[in-house]
Amino acid sequence: MRELKYREAIDEATRQAMAKDERVFVLGVGVDDAKGIFGTTRGATLEFGPNRVFDTPLSEAALTGVAIGAALRGLHPLLVHARNDFLMLTMDQLVNNAAKWRYMSGGSMRVPLTIRAIIGRGWGQAAQHSQSLQAMFAHVPGLHVVMPATPADAKGLLLTALTTEAPVICLEHRWLYEKTGPVAEEAYYTPLGHAAVVRQGTHVTVAAMSLMVLEALQAAESLAAESIAVEVIDLRTARPLDSETVCASVAKTGRLVIADTGWRSYGVSAELAARVGRECFGDLRAPVERVALPDVPTPCTSALERAYYPGAAEIGAAIRATLLVRGRAPAAPSVEARGKEFSGPF
Amino acid sequence: MPPLAPERLKGFYVQMTRIRRAEEAIVARYPEQEIRCPTHLSIGQEAVAVGVCQALSEQDVVLSGHRCHAHYLAKGGSLRRMFAELYGKATGCCGGKGGSMHLASPETGMLGASAIVAGTVPIAVGAALAAALRGSDDVSVAFFGDAGIEQGVTHESLAFAALRRLPVVFVCENNLYATLTPLSKRQVSADVSPRAVAHGLPGVSVDGNDVLAVYEAAAHAVARARAGDGPTFIEAKTYRWREHVGPNFDVELGYRTQAELDAWMARDPLLRHARILETSGVLTAAERLALDREVEAEVADAVRFAKASPFPEPAALYADVD
Ligand SMILES: Cc1ncc(C[n+]2csc(CCOP(=O)(O)OP(=O)(O)O)c2C)c(N)n1
Repeated sequence: MRELKYREAIDEATRQAMAKDERVFVLGVGVDDAKGIFGTTRGATLEFGPNRVFDTPLSEAALTGVAIGAALRGLHPLLVHARNDFLMLTMDQLVNNAAKWRYMSGGSMRVPLTIRAIIGRGWGQAAQHSQSLQAMFAHVPGLHVVMPATPADAKGLLLTALTTEAPVICLEHRWLYEKTGPVAEEAYYTPLGHAAVVRQGTHVTVAAMSLMVLEALQAAESLAAESIAVEVIDLRTARPLDSETVCASVAKTGRLVIADTGWRSYGVSAELAARVGRECFGDLRAPVERVALPDVPTPCTSALERAYYPGAAEIGAAIRATLLVRGRAPAAPSVEARGKEFSGPF
Repeated sequence: MPPLAPERLKGFYVQMTRIRRAEEAIVARYPEQEIRCPTHLSIGQEAVAVGVCQALSEQDVVLSGHRCHAHYLAKGGSLRRMFAELYGKATGCCGGKGGSMHLASPETGMLGASAIVAGTVPIAVGAALAAALRGSDDVSVAFFGDAGIEQGVTHESLAFAALRRLPVVFVCENNLYATLTPLSKRQVSADVSPRAVAHGLPGVSVDGNDVLAVYEAAAHAVARARAGDGPTFIEAKTYRWREHVGPNFDVELGYRTQAELDAWMARDPLLRHARILETSGVLTAAERLALDREVEAEVADAVRFAKASPFPEPAALYADVD
């Protein structure tokens, strides 16, 4: 199959959705400029022009409400943010309006609204440009949160979002943008709430999302040399959360490591651990381990950034902990060390 | 306004030169990949920070945004600690944990910067509220860009400051662009200050490349604030020479023309002030060169200090969280 970069897959999904459905339009800070959100809105700008792709003032709170209004009147806005940190300015509209309009109206109205936002990381972007805030949104009934790890899912999940009659937040990790993978040419729709088993194994299950899926696969690869067979599950969506697929795997392995791009406490990993503890208590043969960000803001300096972000090595150590295997954690290089280090553009 | 003493006028030049040379050092050093954080340079906009901060006293406070080097330096922040911060070192003004977009130096009245556009505008109002409630005559300043005026929180802040007649000066650095988007694509009017008037506070526009004009407007606003007459809004029209973030020029992106950039570079705020000083006999060309050399030595020392400083210990990751 043809290969595309993650960012190209987003661009293609946007154009295909717009071609199929004239209700879809794109707005956000910088969407129609020469850089086009790292290329993801450039194609739509060139193909559909200023009526359907346009820049906005830096008024994120208002524009979110504006998008809700347009959604209530028959359109499907795709609102784009260069960082998910900026969504904090829009929380009132997201949480108090978008998430509940359908419910509060007794089901008489719906809010078909798709929001894309990027998770930044690295090169000292620091505390306000690198957060991974999926848990904030996933907490809210009425919102959907998708976190594609592959180019194929970046396309399939965005296309699904753009045909869903409800608010969907797509969180894209900046470090995935240049990764390539097979992507079908035609439009296809990856269902929300369906995790994917991306590597089969029998000893330990690792359930991961977004960039952590790549780290988990790396950890699994290096442990395979020691005959530890790791099953890796890509959760793909944080809400709805497919604990069923995870439990089916845990029934086989008895051990679970959850790898989240967000903070450890109160996050998606906590929700998944609670569900697994409830739904397949009898299958667990070790405590559930979590690999996530420590509960501190992102430091700027590279000296502390390295300690802040867990990667394949930490996932490997967590896998060993569930197996009670003694010995040093495998020195698997993290995604950062393997690729050229991220240094912008931001 | 009484004429400024020659030493003050020279001081303006030195302050602007310090900012310019510091940021030129960032330009020169950035490719070494030791300054590992996004940097938004103020080259071309120095007169705004200096003109405003020269109208402030040491106890007065300022807040800023992502483009904060100039404000930090103009408010007396240590050059050494700024470079150490950019290099991610433990000796940095934020211990390496804040970086370029979050410079702070509370001991000189720079209370910090947010990388969320307009995020600190209400914080400056809060600092002014504290001054009013405590009965001190400190003034606070909010620095923000032309996109800052697009955030609702800015309008709410203006209205509240006017309502309570708080001692705050809002300084909008209108450099005509937000990232790659011109002001005309984001706002119906190119004049920002009338919007403050609608909220009940005086709004003035000044040539932001003329440090004396900025100083005069700021001194007037600060005097008003100190006298209990409330807030003022100053729009300083200026121009960013380099790319939005990073050390390079960016005309090839097509959102602005070389001719436009050239025209603004010809209005270099440093050269303009230097020429005035020269014609009025305050500073000869030779004296100016000597001052430049002094500032360059200071910047070189700061870079050396930063490079020689240690990185923070790993335990710093968990310090100062809650
Ligand atoms: C709320 C918010 N939205 C978007 C951004 C991304 N961003 C950073 S700076 C910037 C442009 C800001 O323009 P302006 O306020 O005029 O300041 P300038 O960069 O020109 O100094 C944008 C869009 C941000 N930091 N915060």
